[in-house]
Amino acid sequence: MGVLLECNGLTKRYGQKTAIENLSVTMGSGRIIGLLGPNGSGKTTLIKMINGLLKPTQGSIRIDGEAPGAYTHGIISYLPDRNYLNKRMKVRQVLDMFSDYYGDFNRNKADAMLTDLQIDPEMKLRALSKGTLEKVQLILVMSREAKLYILDEPIAGVDPAARDYILRTIISNYNPEATVLISTHLISDIEQILDDVIFLKDGHIELFAPVDEIREQEGKSVDALFREVFRC
Amino acid sequence: MAWILESGRPIYQQLAEIVRHRIMTGEYPQGSRIPAVRDLAVEAGVNPNTMQKALNALEESGIVYSQRTAGRFVTEDENLIEQLKYQSSRKQIQLFIKQMQSMGYRAEEIPLLVERAVKENIQEE
Repeated sequence: MGVLLECNGLTKRYGQKTAIENLSVTMGSGRIIGLLGPNGSGKTTLIKMINGLLKPTQGSIRIDGEAPGAYTHGIISYLPDRNYLNKRMKVRQVLDMFSDYYGDFNRNKADAMLTDLQIDPEMKLRALSKGTLEKVQLILVMSREAKLYILDEPIAGVDPAARDYILRTIISNYNPEATVLISTHLISDIEQILDDVIFLKDGHIELFAPVDEIREQEGKSVDALFREVFRC
Repeated sequence: MAWILESGRPIYQQLAEIVRHRIMTGEYPQGSRIPAVRDLAVEAGVNPNTMQKALNALEESGIVYSQRTAGRFVTEDENLIEQLKYQSSRKQIQLFIKQMQSMGYRAEEIPLLVERAVKENIQEE
């Protein structure tokens, strides 16, 4: 298991406020990792820095040995926490765009998932429900053959049946050499597909451990432990 | 046996228990091939690495074995499966005895209760 992602002394300040503080972490390949933390703990800031959308105030990030840039864009498949697609486009047009833009986009996989979820490719995005739009975005992201998938709140808006489908999609589609980083609040729903969890608290890592190690040592689920650590 | 998981225990242990149960009940017959790790993981809705760990644990206990390219198979050893059943029945019975005792039954009363229930069961059928 090689190192895929490495953050060293990472800090991000917005004026007076520190969002991420002196964070160091190493993630290997072939893992599904949950990034968990309450609102404002720094999850999205961290994710944006890994994707090169925000510049760290201090510290460094290496993905597959490279700083965020053209190379890392090519190997990271990123699902942002909100829609970034042009809503006037049809689903099919978005797929065309991804096929053109990303050499690793697997069109057949995307078409098959649309069929499974009964999404009409001729629909315009703005005509889709919130949940269906989320499904389309996830299909786009999971249809790439990337090394690192970063999913920011991928299942928040979809119904339980679609959630099951999505989780199964993540398990069955990802390449065993790739790593999936999922940020979410819905811990109990995704706990069983995770290898490891990271608890992020006030911009630093409170805990980084395998799910089964937590269950073995604490005798409780990650969800229960999370509620304890972050009790309001 | 369905893939129903409890929250307080390691997931891989529970997966191993379910596969073991499937072997004991003959759902995966003696000597037969077990589905691939990834297929089992998708079926159970769990991480493939966790399923792998569960099957490794079963392999260590000898109840399944792998053949390099052909996959994983249930042991041919009937005794081993019988042993497993026996251990599993012991566990269930211990649990049952504890529950009966917590209700106030004395140890010597429990076999009588069981005997009566078994008889009634036969009559009902």
